[in-house]
Order: sequence, then structure tokens, then C-alpha cells
Amino acid sequence: MAAPKRVERPLSPFMIGPYYRPQMTSISSILTRITGNALVVGVLLAVWWLLAAATSEEYFAVADAVATSWFGDLVFTLSLWAVWYHYLAGLRHLYFDAGKGLDVPTAEKLGWACIIGSVVLTVLTILLVQ
Amino acid sequence: MRYLTARKRAEFRGSAHHGTEHHWSMMVSAVGLALLVPVWLYIFGAALGGTREEVLATFARPFPAIVTGLLLVVGMRHFAMGATTMIEDYTRGTMRKMLIIGVIALSWAVAATGLFALVRIAL
Repeated sequence: MAAPKRVERPLSPFMIGPYYRPQMTSISSILTRITGNALVVGVLLAVWWLLAAATSEEYFAVADAVATSWFGDLVFTLSLWAVWYHYLAGLRHLYFDAGKGLDVPTAEKLGWACIIGSVVLTVLTILLVQ
Repeated sequence: MRYLTARKRAEFRGSAHHGTEHHWSMMVSAVGLALLVPVWLYIFGAALGGTREEVLATFARPFPAIVTGLLLVVGMRHFAMGATTMIEDYTRGTMRKMLIIGVIALSWAVAATGLFALVRIAL
């Protein structure tokens, strides 16, 4: 038997662009992964801020200055959108797991629902907690 | 000759060697987080920007403290397992093992730090 020939094939996430046309289904799936993993940044800032509040007046002044600066606002606003996107995409995943919504028109509509819904929920949350 | 039936061999296996346990854990924690996250966003959003006294008063109350504690444990487990899936997709060998161990350690460290802060504030 001939030795198996190793073929360098492009791997899944690097197919989009050069080989596959970007589509709502693939992009909304990738965004789920990116938002979920990126949320660790916002969590780190929030936990540091909470630790500082628990520690001392001076430490809280430092952490609170960072958390409420333009940088903190940027991290928390992006995290808020990320958590709402991941939230809706997660619900969509549970719906898919139940064997529903898997036809292309429905799946594409659900993708738009995640994107538009996440922006709407982000704005509503900011208005609610202000 | 093997006397195992086809079903017996397939049970509890699959390519992961532990069946659908990982996926099921993600589903369970996802449902838990679906309930916790909106409540916690309101608690945290309302507390952020307040004075230290206001922040301490918020997280000293039982409900915000319990929700935050649950979110830290369930959320960081969900993160560790989700990040593991991503690492498994893009890396191999020793790099994969080191990154998975690293992300699990980071998740526990974040959860422990948050819980320590909560205990100090609430108790």
C-alpha cells in the first residue's frame, strides 16, 4: 500500500473569504465565538473593580477611575453588546439543538435577529441603568 | 472475535471519548446564564459609577451578592469550556494542552477573586 500523501488543506475558519462567500449563517456563528471569548476582558475589568471596592478607599479610587474612564466606557459598552449578542446567539443555538429553525431562510432571519436584537438590547440596557 | 454488541461499543464514546457531556454542560450553563445575565447586568450597571459606599451597599445585599456569586461560578465554567472548544479547533499538541490548562486556571482565578471580593463585602 502506498504511503498516505499529506495534503495541505485549508482549515475551516480560514475558508471564509478566499474559498467561501461570507454568509449570514457563517458570520453570525463566528461572531458567537468572538463575542463569547472576548467577554473575558470585560469580566476581568469588572472583577478587578469589585476587588478594589472590597479592599480600600485608595484602591477603589484607582480601579473606579479606570472603569469609568473613556477606556472603561469603551470596554463595558463593547462587552454589553457582546454579551447581548452571545445571549441571543446562545438562545438560537438551543433552538437549533431542538432541531428547529435549520432551514436556510429561517436561519438567516435568526442571524439578523441576533445582530439587530443585540444592538437594540444594548441601547435599552444603557438607557435603563443610567 | 468480540462479543460486544455495536451499541455497547458506541455507548459513552464518540470522538471526544466522553460522549455529549461537554455539549450538555454548555446547554445547562447556557440556560442558567440566560436567567442570571439580564438581572446581573442591571445590578452591575446600576452600581457602576457610584461611590464606594453605594457599591458596597449594593453587593452587601443578599440578592445582588447571590446573583453575582452564581454568575462568577456558572459564567467562568461556561467560559472555560467554550474557550477550550475554540483552542481545540485552532491548535494542536503541547500548545493545545498548555492553552487549555491556562484558560481553566484563569477561569478559576477570576471566579475565586470575585467570590473573595463578594465575601469581604457581603459578610
